[in-house]
Amino acid sequence: MNNWRVEVDGEGVALVTFDMAGRKVNTLNAEVISEFTSIVERIRSDDAIKGVVIASAKAGSFCAGGDLGDIESFAGPGEPGKEAETLAHDIERMTKDLTLFRGLETSGKPVACAIEGTTLGGGAELAMACHYRVAADNEHVVLGLPEGGLGLLPGGGGTQRLPRLVGIRESLPILLDGATKTAAEALAIGLINEIVPTGQTVDRARAWVLSSPEAVQPWDKPKFQVPGGGPYVQANSEAIAMHTALSRVKFYDNYPAQRHILAALYEGIQVPIDAGLRIEMHEFIKTVRTPQALAMIRTLFLSPREIKSGVNRPAGHPVRTFKKAAVLGAGLMGAGIACVQAKMGIETVLIDRTPEAADRGKAYTAKYLGKQVSRGRMTQEKADVILARILPTTDYADVQGSDIVIEAVFEDRDVKADVTRLAEAQLGEDAIMATNTSTLPITGLATASVRPENFIGLHFFSPVERMDLVEIIRGERTSDAALAAAYDYIAAIRKTPISVKDSRGFYTSRTITRYLDEPCEMLIEGIAPTIIENIGLMTGMPVGPLSLPDAIGLELSYHVAAQTKRDLGDAYQETASDTVLDFLVAKHGRHGRRNGKGFYDYSDDGKVKTLWSGLSELAEPVMTDAFSDDVKTELKKRILYRMTLEAARCMEEGVISDPREADVGAVLGFGFPRWTGGPISLIEQVGVAKFVKECDALADRHGERFRPGQMLRTMAADGRTFY
Amino acid sequence: MTRKAFVYDAVRSPRGRGKPDGGLHSVTSVSLAAQMLEAVRDRNDLDTALVDDVVFGCVDAVGEQGGVITRTAVLRAGYDSGVAGVQVNRFCGSGLEACSIAAAKVVSGEAELAIGGGVASMSRVPMGIEGGAIATDPTSMFDNYTLPQGVAADLLATLDGRSREDVDSYAAESQRRAANAWKDGRFARSIVPVKDDVGMIALDHDEHVRGDTTVETLAKLKPSFAQIGEMLFDGVARQRYPQIDRISHIHHPGNSAGIVDGAAAVLIGSAEAGERAGLKPRGILRGAASIGSEPALMLSGPAAVVEKLLRAQRLAPSDIDIFELNEAFAAVVLRMMSALNIPHEKMNVNGGAIAMGHPLGATGAMLVGTVLDELERTGKEFGVVALCVGAGMGTAALVQRV
Repeated sequence: MNNWRVEVDGEGVALVTFDMAGRKVNTLNAEVISEFTSIVERIRSDDAIKGVVIASAKAGSFCAGGDLGDIESFAGPGEPGKEAETLAHDIERMTKDLTLFRGLETSGKPVACAIEGTTLGGGAELAMACHYRVAADNEHVVLGLPEGGLGLLPGGGGTQRLPRLVGIRESLPILLDGATKTAAEALAIGLINEIVPTGQTVDRARAWVLSSPEAVQPWDKPKFQVPGGGPYVQANSEAIAMHTALSRVKFYDNYPAQRHILAALYEGIQVPIDAGLRIEMHEFIKTVRTPQALAMIRTLFLSPREIKSGVNRPAGHPVRTFKKAAVLGAGLMGAGIACVQAKMGIETVLIDRTPEAADRGKAYTAKYLGKQVSRGRMTQEKADVILARILPTTDYADVQGSDIVIEAVFEDRDVKADVTRLAEAQLGEDAIMATNTSTLPITGLATASVRPENFIGLHFFSPVERMDLVEIIRGERTSDAALAAAYDYIAAIRKTPISVKDSRGFYTSRTITRYLDEPCEMLIEGIAPTIIENIGLMTGMPVGPLSLPDAIGLELSYHVAAQTKRDLGDAYQETASDTVLDFLVAKHGRHGRRNGKGFYDYSDDGKVKTLWSGLSELAEPVMTDAFSDDVKTELKKRILYRMTLEAARCMEEGVISDPREADVGAVLGFGFPRWTGGPISLIEQVGVAKFVKECDALADRHGERFRPGQMLRTMAADGRTFY
Repeated sequence: MTRKAFVYDAVRSPRGRGKPDGGLHSVTSVSLAAQMLEAVRDRNDLDTALVDDVVFGCVDAVGEQGGVITRTAVLRAGYDSGVAGVQVNRFCGSGLEACSIAAAKVVSGEAELAIGGGVASMSRVPMGIEGGAIATDPTSMFDNYTLPQGVAADLLATLDGRSREDVDSYAAESQRRAANAWKDGRFARSIVPVKDDVGMIALDHDEHVRGDTTVETLAKLKPSFAQIGEMLFDGVARQRYPQIDRISHIHHPGNSAGIVDGAAAVLIGSAEAGERAGLKPRGILRGAASIGSEPALMLSGPAAVVEKLLRAQRLAPSDIDIFELNEAFAAVVLRMMSALNIPHEKMNVNGGAIAMGHPLGATGAMLVGTVLDELERTGKEFGVVALCVGAGMGTAALVQRV
């Protein structure tokens, strides 16, 4: 076996050790499950085995859960026309998994689980299928079922065994939100049986096995009662109602998994365990077969992993390491970049024009680290080491020896050119000169560089320490080696890179523009602002379409648009957002949240916001009722499809070329709804041909802006897909 | 010729505060129901063997209200053992539904004499205790955007643009009218005082009425559903009605139906059966209707169901002399008045559940009696009884005086 060891001791206790070859953590993949199946068969049939202890050989980790790559292989609705066949296959496959854990807990032999670390998803489900759980008293021990928060459903008995162990009320947040429990918390609710010092779990589990010749799960005993009662105990009924509402409020009913988890819990808990497990299996299959599940598995897990592994990094260039890096400009972005670099062990020079400004930039990291320490996520010693890596300075001589320089000064070509020259004067031949810009073309900025082949754009997102994405923008003269180095740098600071062509707005800024534009069209059409805002949120976007520009600053959007107009001249196409921004900014001096008035009026403390009644001057609302599901669907589509079409245009124009990067970039960069798996995955969810048809219909109703491009049409005609 | 459902008598108990200190709290729900049946028998010198069936509304038919309480009450009242009993649940509309079913049995010829009615001892069997998929099965709650009823009432008020003052003014007037009606003895013909185990009077008046209520005194009450709404359910409502920005939480105990104990019974029969029993008809249950309405909003059914009822009867709202619409929440009544253009002078002329309380299973049957009493007092002809119903329903009936 590649993943398990079984040693039977003199007293007949089999120590089953989970130890995947060549991996730091254990996960449940097909091979692991197949091997475990033979172990369970042996436990059941080998008379020499009197009891079992299951443990992990990995430090700080019991099992991180199911392998999502495995799940992806059968996720999604399947080939059209073969639904019944694939459904039967899924049921057959899942029935095997179901019988596996069931076989373990009904072997008649006591099974104890020794938990010394992370126990998530399928790992937690395996633990719950044991008769006794001993956890170590350390901070690595975390138990939970994260599937629900990720658009999936725990399909290894989690929705059935958890409520039978801890009751319905405690189960709800664990199942729906992926709330995790520490060892102490798990003990308090009855999820584990005992806590012992680290390193002693196996001995203690063994002792329990030897003292417990009878081993029957509580739910297999006659007259078993669910702790805290069934769903019709009033407190449980209320909790289910609250969590159902909470799920809708949080996820807008966009995640099919949420409904299916609740159904599995509610329906499964009312019947014996075997029937409950079958209900869970059906709900699991229903979930996994949704296009949303496939899209989420892909974009939230598999694609970032693939992208980070360097699939798009130019081959043939040795991997660069980054010991020292300079950041020019200690504003919000520069300070954030410095913070992330320092955290990842890179000596960081943080330069600004005055010592005060540079110090303020460093203080940003101090504040961030302070929070980490006060929340118990980091020791003071470690925080001190990280902070000491940042050198705030005004002296460009300190740049010397840097492997990379990230320029993050004001978005002004001349200022950027000046600091680029100052920094490059200190740099070695191979050092990379990167500019963090969200709007200015890289090729233009590169003219200030003495080594334009080493010059590259790195578009970070704010707040840098929380936003995982970095857009890499290659200028005309950027070399493959520099591009490869940029990938290596992003890997070093553990971010996710996407590679985009040097063009206006790059990829993410260009695509999100449509999130303002279509709502502005709606405003001008006379759709009540409240409807626009609520529908925007219902698509799954994290911030409403009228709140977001207020938060970014209307003035900023207005000036960017004005600059674009100047740059493009006659080629510029007026949009609805131009009209609305002109009305708000130029006519009414409404600059957004910063001056307390934008689409909304803000109270002095900024806590209360009310849509500005003056918006009716743009158009008297003619749509003031959006109860109808058809209306909602149409409005949601308009908002999502405008962004989606823009992303597709970026693919068509080669602004971005890997669909995985387009999807990951949109989800991580500006919060494109997770349930879609990103704009390209959304097109795939709908089906390319159907998407084209729907867009044509939208174009006929609302204007040519919805007309799909040639690439989509050709793909639809040829039956091709992106993935 | 089509058979008609004549109403020969209608009785109701006083409504006791639905709490342990309420006047009816020590009376079991079976006894409460049985005393109404006894009154119907004794007031009319009725040979109970002539009664074919007794239909009672009962919400939360569990515990002492469970197990077909109607049959138990028939036996407790000492009716002929050949009299059947059945209990029906249409939430707040149960009592009226029971009368409509009894009337339909008479019209169809299944029954010659039947009794409709209802019982709710809310102080003894708490509201909602029976559970039900409607508020527990997550799939249904997802599909229906299920809201707590009070949040739905506030949503209704918000959609209609009602202010706190609108609903409080209505509530104060309901209290004034109820107090005035009691003072004037307008409920005297229907009220049957409830007795305790030794035959002493336990309660002879509606305990919940506060005649001195004013808009100013109501202004002091805190909205009941603001917290649960703002914390959670307003977000659900916004997804069903995206035109809503903020929900005005304006309902409170002073402008919504009181929780009370009570029971009622209505004796219904064919013309021939009435003659045989020597009964004099008081009115006719001319027809009934029920509808489903949008389940999240839940309380918007009355106008639609009354329209359906009147359309079938070829009558217009203006043909109706008085309306009794259960005052579940003030906004519910205001909405029907606007929708059907009903003047306040014709609506709940003797107050309603805001003042007197709403014993869930019984209210509809009580209102049949209230309408008849008022039609007889004023010499008018047509009255409509209507109720909004949980899960988004409405039920109504047309009463004609003879």
